[in-house]
Amino acid sequence: MPSNSFDIKSYRGFQAITILCLIILYAPLIVVMIYSFNASKSITVWEGLSLRWYADVFTGPESGKFKLAAWNSFLIATIAATVATTIATLAATGMIRAGKFRLRNLSYGLISLPLMVPEIVTAVATLIFFNAIAFERGLMTILLAHIAFCIPFAYLPISARMQGIEDSYEQAALDLYATKRQAFTKILMPLMMPGIISGFLLAFIVSLDDFIITNFVKGAGVETLPTAIFGAVKQGIKPNIMAISTMLLGVSVVMVTISYFISKKDQKS
Amino acid sequence: MASGAASGGSANTDTYEEARSWLLLPAWVTLVALSLIPVLLMLVYSFLTKEFRGGVIWEFSLAAYDQFFFDRGLFGDDPATLEWTYITIFWRSIWQAGAATLLSLLIGFPTAYFIATRPETSRPIWVFLVTIPYWVNLLIRTVSMKFLLRDQGPLNDLLIGLGLIDSPLHMVNTNFAVQLGLFYSYLPFMVLPIYAAVERYNFALSEAAADLYASKWTTLRRVLLPSVKPGVIAGCILVFVPSLGAFLAPDLLGGAKNFMIGSLIEEQFKGNAGNWPFGAAASMILLTMVLIILMIFARQQARAEREV
Amino acid sequence: MKKLLSTAATASLLTIMAQTAQADGQVVVYHWFEYIPQELVDKFTAETGIEVVMDTFDSNEAMLASLKAGGMGTYDVSVPGDYMVQIMATEGLLDTIAEGELANKGNIAPEWLDVSYDPGRVHSIPYQWGSTSFMVDTATYDGDIDTTDILFNPPTELSGKINMLDSQGEVLAMAALHLGIPQCSQDREQLKALDAMLQKAKVHWASFNSDTAKEVLVSGDAAVGQIYDGFGAKARAERDTLKYAFPTQGYVVWMDNVVLLKDAPNRENALKFMDFLLEPENIAAVSNYARYGSGLKDVAEFLDPELATLPESNPPATAGAGAFIQVCDEATQAVYDQIWTNVKK
Repeated sequence: MPSNSFDIKSYRGFQAITILCLIILYAPLIVVMIYSFNASKSITVWEGLSLRWYADVFTGPESGKFKLAAWNSFLIATIAATVATTIATLAATGMIRAGKFRLRNLSYGLISLPLMVPEIVTAVATLIFFNAIAFERGLMTILLAHIAFCIPFAYLPISARMQGIEDSYEQAALDLYATKRQAFTKILMPLMMPGIISGFLLAFIVSLDDFIITNFVKGAGVETLPTAIFGAVKQGIKPNIMAISTMLLGVSVVMVTISYFISKKDQKS
Repeated sequence: MASGAASGGSANTDTYEEARSWLLLPAWVTLVALSLIPVLLMLVYSFLTKEFRGGVIWEFSLAAYDQFFFDRGLFGDDPATLEWTYITIFWRSIWQAGAATLLSLLIGFPTAYFIATRPETSRPIWVFLVTIPYWVNLLIRTVSMKFLLRDQGPLNDLLIGLGLIDSPLHMVNTNFAVQLGLFYSYLPFMVLPIYAAVERYNFALSEAAADLYASKWTTLRRVLLPSVKPGVIAGCILVFVPSLGAFLAPDLLGGAKNFMIGSLIEEQFKGNAGNWPFGAAASMILLTMVLIILMIFARQQARAEREV
Repeated sequence: MKKLLSTAATASLLTIMAQTAQADGQVVVYHWFEYIPQELVDKFTAETGIEVVMDTFDSNEAMLASLKAGGMGTYDVSVPGDYMVQIMATEGLLDTIAEGELANKGNIAPEWLDVSYDPGRVHSIPYQWGSTSFMVDTATYDGDIDTTDILFNPPTELSGKINMLDSQGEVLAMAALHLGIPQCSQDREQLKALDAMLQKAKVHWASFNSDTAKEVLVSGDAAVGQIYDGFGAKARAERDTLKYAFPTQGYVVWMDNVVLLKDAPNRENALKFMDFLLEPENIAAVSNYARYGSGLKDVAEFLDPELATLPESNPPATAGAGAFIQVCDEATQAVYDQIWTNVKK
């Protein structure tokens, strides 16, 4: 009686709430996307379609500032995600494929520490830390802070993936006289790839997204996209900000889509 | 070989046991240096003497905590009474975060349930749809929300256009805007764990209840809800905790007037106040609150697992 | 520890170094937002080959906090207001400019040369001066606006539509003028009255924003807003019903100054930048852009003629006296900090 069981499952109104939920989630983004194509200088008046604000982002008076901020953001996100993913992959192997040990719980707590501590507290603690050791603030301080809080985000998908890979493949390799290093690099790593890519993308986006911690530890004149946008928005929402937002939105959506298809393809195989 | 045979087919093995220290060392070094030590240092700073206009003097002092909990009047020489200022700010943050959590639950639960009861092939697409906005920069989402809610913004235009209201609703710089912003920031955190729990739920239980003439809503309340409770609690925690220390939503949508914890702390380091030990103390109190909530949660989850 | 961390990330450091290394001919300026025209910055770079790196702040206090929180040694010059120059000098954050280091020092107008907050101008040069009062949207309220009651005891149609500057100095100085008490009063009754008055006033206020002070007025989100005169002139250009008030009780006057910071990484370039701003033609470009007065001699010929007649910079005869914000001692300041906390809670 499939129809009957489906009936038991469905509640009137839940579908409507789901639609409402999606509207709330998408309405602000879509509105900003639409207004980014507004020809008008004012954000309240609609004067027809135009790409002038996109041109403004690349050639306008503030283009230099935003280009540098975008470069900083992507540089930091790339390095931080790469380092964090490497650290997380090694750590996941150590946690899952290296037997039981006494400090396992403590290690797990340490890895998830940045997730448990509220962002603003991490920001304060990192600022105090760099101040106490008199570490000059600049891109380097942002990068170090980002590496630390990206580790758990990279660790989660990587360890989930590793939990799902039986060790029989590595055992087979070891039985055929592969060294452990070979088993690790030639067998485990390729199997781990989807998890590692998800972890990297997650860390990348989290780094690209961060405002609070960056704002606390950034040095003189060093801006990332979020701090530059925040600074601009404080003086009022301007059309060029909407154009930048729409482009950044595009980058995020592309990255999630990639990660979605990777995980989907992986499930099929 | 022996170990391989014993654990054949399992994921948790000791294959790389001898390399364990080297595998974990980078994570240990990075996180101890950049996460643990900073938090401990912050604890130390909260017990130091404040330097006039920012910074610290390395002398032990309880002044930061004293300022947080005790009111000694305008001139600092009245007998100490309980200081309500910061307790009020914390209470407001709890209230705002609570309201945002409730809002997320009211909308997130039906959504998660609806998605989990779709045919298996279309579920990932629904999940994908709900999670995309989360990947968009939080700052951009908050700014978008502010743009939408403005007095002369699109939402008011729409409502007036539809004839639902005559004059614009004032939404920016209100508590409601902050709650909506928090809700918007963390909604997927509510939907995903509930979705996972409902997906695992065995609907034969609901059918059994229906066979016993339980109404649909009774079934939902008495049979389904208890089974998916861990997912619901996880969702609530995942929304509540980050909302508690949020900075962007209160700052951009709340007009920096009704302080929440995040703005209070920020002002000690970046704004007018310049009182580092106090900022560190407020951060410690926030951290303690969060850790207590997480501990209670972990204990409940453990108990729930034992029951299942 | 520092060494350990540095070596651990050498590879990434190199990438970052490559980026900053090219910029050895630079000057790092810590400036207010929207306070210098981009063309002037470009002109400086064209003339000297020195690249200008700009970071912005939105209040004197935020700038001080940021400098003390690790910003020293990374910026070359900053642009504090009058009282903040004095505070920064006492805090030891300012470098001394020796006699003869600035070729154009002679261009400073005599009345701005020997100022109380920096006698003899050993740390600073004038940038712009103006006043802080507030604007009222006359479309919302058409009564008398030249009174501080508008801010602290507003008529019902303005209640809940007031934006205050997020700046302790400006709000409390205005409040002192409203009550007619001295700014750094140590009199307990006066301080209690100040605290009580602000507690009553703040229920009428909608928000505290400095950087959106103009935006909230132009968009109509606020009908009253504390604002600087030049910023106000710009706001009026975008919404002509806005009117700048000159309260009979008085208003705040200020001068922003370019200071040479201690441990400036590019001290030579910083001095060139300051000399550049001491050229009448250049500072006039700032005045034309920001709509404030400069502190130099012989600027008149370069100024936009409209500036002379701006209603925002020409107080009527009824206006009270302009007052500089004063610096209180630590103990008095603690009371004012407490009052400010009470306002913001």
